Amino acid sequence: MVKLGDYLIVSGVLFTIGFAGVMLRRNIIIIFMSLELMLNAANLSLVAFSRFHIGANGLPNYNAQVFVFFIITVAAAEVAVGLAIIVALFRARQTTHVEDVNSLKF
Amino acid sequence: MSPILFWVFALLMLVFGAAVVINRNPVASALSLVVSFLGLAALFMSLDAYFIGIIQVLVYAGAVMVLFLFIIMLLDLRTEQLRKINWVASTGGVVVAFALVAQIFYVVSDFKLAQQPFAPLARSKIDDVHNIGLLLFGNYNLPFQIIGVVIFVATIGVIVLSRRELR
Repeated sequence: MVKLGDYLIVSGVLFTIGFAGVMLRRNIIIIFMSLELMLNAANLSLVAFSRFHIGANGLPNYNAQVFVFFIITVAAAEVAVGLAIIVALFRARQTTHVEDVNSLKF
Repeated sequence: MSPILFWVFALLMLVFGAAVVINRNPVASALSLVVSFLGLAALFMSLDAYFIGIIQVLVYAGAVMVLFLFIIMLLDLRTEQLRKINWVASTGGVVVAFALVAQIFYVVSDFKLAQQPFAPLARSKIDDVHNIGLLLFGNYNLPFQIIGVVIFVATIGVIVLSRRELR
């Protein structure tokens, strides 16, 4: 049988992969994708807890799934704004490498 | 869901998630991320969260990743050339990541409830889209409207950011 802990560990490992991507990669688009991985890892553990916490009517706790719905919506808006910022940065600097962007004003 | 299928999809998700970080070509990274999200959607469905699984495929694997690929191809990013690696920062990142994994394993193995299998669900004629919709338009009506404002503001922000005469 698959236990709650298996889902939590898979979610934690996925979060760590995203975290390592943010720490190790210097390409700003890859960093952004790693951020998405971390958001999704949090979603996975939320849905696992939703399925685990069965209410009195024998159904999963749907509050967590509504929360995941909100996270996905905000993440989609965040991706749109973030990619627009990356495009503006690329127009100004012709680079997506974070070490080339080390001054606040240019 | 049988344990074999769970581990197949979990491994698919983790391997392609790692490929996102390892690949040097941004297009390959984005395509690996699509596969990783599809594996995650399968895990959502294994948890009887069919609505969230469908949303995951539609919004993430569909819309968001098309946006990523569109931007990568718009900027015409090639495989990045190898730069001098900052060994101190890289080792620090790997060490912190491994410490995080070790801590997660420790906490989960210490957590008594996590050792229990999932209890079976009651048979229900009402599907989960119905239940989530009731909550969304009932209890969570105000957050739902605020989310609408957030998306509206994001749209305006993107238009302002992508105007030519920004500076």
